[in-house]
Amino acid sequence: MSAESLRDLWLTYQSTVAFIGLNGLLALSVYTTLSCGQLSLAQAGFMALGAYASAVLTLHTQAPFPLVLLAGAAAPALVAIPLGLPVLRLKGVFLAIATIGFGEVIRIFFVNLDFTNGALGLVAIPQRTGLPVIYAALGGALFVLWRIRGSRAGYALEAIREDEPAARTMGIDASAYKLSMLVLGAALAGLAGALDAHFNFMVAPSNYSFGRVVDMLVYAVVGGTTVFYGPVLGAAFLTLLPEVLREVGSRVGLQPGPLRLFVNGLVLLLVILFLPNGIASLPGRLRRRRAGAHAA
Amino acid sequence: MGQQIVNGLFLGSIYALFALGYTLVFGVLDILNLAHQAVFMLCAYVALLLVLHLHLPMFVAFPVAVAAGGLVGLAVERIAFRPLRGRSDSNISGLISSIAMATILEALALQLFGPDVERFPFGVVPDRTLHLGDAVVSELQVVIIAIALGMLAVLTFVLKRTVLGRRIRAVAESPTAARVLGVNVDRVIAASFFVSSALGAAAGVLFGLAFNSVSPDMGRTVELKGLAVIILGGMGSMPGAAIAGFALGLLEVFTVAKLGSSYRDAVAFGVLFLVLVFRPRGLLGAAALREA
Amino acid sequence: MLLRLAGVRRTFGGLRAVDGVDFAVGEGEVHGLIGPNGAGKTTLLNLVSGLIRPSGGEISLGGHRIDRLPSHRIAALGVTRTYQNIRLFPALSAVENVLVGSHLRRSDPLWGRMLFLPGYRREEADALQRALSLLARVGMEERSRERASNLSYGEQRRVEIARALASAPRVILLDEPTAGMNPTEVASIAALIREVARAGQSVLLVEHNVKLVMDVCDRITVLNFGKVIADGTPAAVTADPAVIAAYLGSEG
Repeated sequence: MSAESLRDLWLTYQSTVAFIGLNGLLALSVYTTLSCGQLSLAQAGFMALGAYASAVLTLHTQAPFPLVLLAGAAAPALVAIPLGLPVLRLKGVFLAIATIGFGEVIRIFFVNLDFTNGALGLVAIPQRTGLPVIYAALGGALFVLWRIRGSRAGYALEAIREDEPAARTMGIDASAYKLSMLVLGAALAGLAGALDAHFNFMVAPSNYSFGRVVDMLVYAVVGGTTVFYGPVLGAAFLTLLPEVLREVGSRVGLQPGPLRLFVNGLVLLLVILFLPNGIASLPGRLRRRRAGAHAA
Repeated sequence: MGQQIVNGLFLGSIYALFALGYTLVFGVLDILNLAHQAVFMLCAYVALLLVLHLHLPMFVAFPVAVAAGGLVGLAVERIAFRPLRGRSDSNISGLISSIAMATILEALALQLFGPDVERFPFGVVPDRTLHLGDAVVSELQVVIIAIALGMLAVLTFVLKRTVLGRRIRAVAESPTAARVLGVNVDRVIAASFFVSSALGAAAGVLFGLAFNSVSPDMGRTVELKGLAVIILGGMGSMPGAAIAGFALGLLEVFTVAKLGSSYRDAVAFGVLFLVLVFRPRGLLGAAALREA
Repeated sequence: MLLRLAGVRRTFGGLRAVDGVDFAVGEGEVHGLIGPNGAGKTTLLNLVSGLIRPSGGEISLGGHRIDRLPSHRIAALGVTRTYQNIRLFPALSAVENVLVGSHLRRSDPLWGRMLFLPGYRREEADALQRALSLLARVGMEERSRERASNLSYGEQRRVEIARALASAPRVILLDEPTAGMNPTEVASIAALIREVARAGQSVLLVEHNVKLVMDVCDRITVLNFGKVIADGTPAAVTADPAVIAAYLGSEG
């Protein structure tokens, strides 16, 4: 193999690995609210805020990259607070709809913002990040979520997820916890947006549509939302699978775009019907089945 | 002014038809069916194909596409909703399941038809115009408004005056009570899906005709507007969905006239937020939508 | 008097579920709340614990009004409860349920956990120990790791009581804690209730088991159609003709 083809191979491989990292972060951003029983679908909007805030800083100031990333995480986190206060009172599907609406409002805002070239977005953003930073961010997010589990706050979140009114009667300030999780999710989505902007050179409103947050939800659900690492598993699986299938698909005449969508949809359907706690629950299930077989 | 009203009613009638399907399923199952917009889109293609390749006249293609929509709705119910029926988290898992179906259907459309916008062939869409006061109304607009109102009337009749309609309302009220009274809940739910998807299909064909454009992503914007409509009208309320649909159509048209087209989509979401924050049950919905 | 209800009313639509209820519970008192089904007993507990707001009247704890407070603040002031249809967290184990119950008693070791500082482990070990001893008090120590949804009805009720005790409350509201239990289990719950009261905590006990109520309660309030029809010692209440007519008479 020539040096050139090896380099090409690495470049393609590298971007998939980067996407796994970014998608993992995005999936975690949806997971944070799911972990306390709330379905929030505003994360595409949060991602957009982080991406734009960081891109603008990079393009118009001399801000060092860590500061840019911090801004990318902080901007949506701050916006999440006034959003969450009225909206987290809503239950179930109404919360979902309200957050979908919010995400769309953000997208429309950026489409109409001349300062950032409206629908065309910003391009030629220098690539200030690479795999190490992306995975450091993912690792950090996983660490935080890991430490929350099993702590007093972690149990409070689980209680809220299982039965919010009952949790409140135990002194758990459910509103504060839910808001905190929304803010954390917003920060993660914003961070992912900032990293994405500086890895893929561009930001454009079309990247942050409702379809985007649906993808994030799919990663989280397919991976499993009862454990903190589930969403990352889902992101990895669903980012890799279309790559693997693309070879097969092109031989049969299937376009990569529709194929990826189809795979996403089919996997999601199979998971929700047959493996509701996601891929992460597979080892447990197999263990139980084997134990059952032994007992029988 | 008169022109805006006509345009608003025209747009609103399509929103109303679409939202009715959403709200019917929500009223009966307490689940938001996000595959609705995929049926909307798919049946626009069905009508297009019937006209383009089989050279059927529109007044034949339309009912065929609507019926096809109903059938797809039955399939969606059977595959994505019924297996989840017993589960405790069935509203959220149903929502996710419907997202899965929508994604699959969209992928199908993308693969079969490609991402570009298709148009109806010349001559299918009537282009005569009438003058009503200072408004210029196209024959197409009149036909679409008439069809939408007609379907609304039929739907109201079915719900209020037929056995099926009573059963649907009973199941919407309380599935357990309905079952105790001998209603075959499964069949009623399936029928509701058929009707709901047929309405969505009708909205899709009319939308495709109205803007003379059919594409795999045409469902997305309407889906989100549809959400605003059912929230404004009140989840589960059919009259609410109808009124809110027309209201949103008018609101959008007037907003574009006053503020320019870039704010067009923002109107729907602005309304959505205001309603959810100040009066979550919407115009005609039932109370008690917040958590304890 | 620790817990005081004055003129408490609650209507649902046109229905007056609770219609001008007055009574009080002292410190360390076991106070029974009985009445036929639909008399408003669970609604009253829901009002006191803050799940719903009264349409009128006042509820106060230690002199402070609590009827307009959100339920987590009421809990922080020292009111916990169990539920008629048992509301354990199904996916959590018995001991985890009790740990959640101890939320108010714990400090939050979150930063300590993040930074692996010394001290957080001790806090968590202490909390776990307290939870296990509470489970031991209700005889559930052996099943502490079991998922709540796998426990039997009686076991779940006992875990729920342990959970309600976990925050060392001033007042515990028990909603039919012995429903579905056999006589041995009922006796141990009765002993537990007396123990709790001796420690200075008050108990508001909604029950259908009349014998239990007579045994453990210091005072009883009888409700019918949302109104108080009798309030006094067990002896006085059993002798009250209105009570006999409305409730005890039908029990035979």
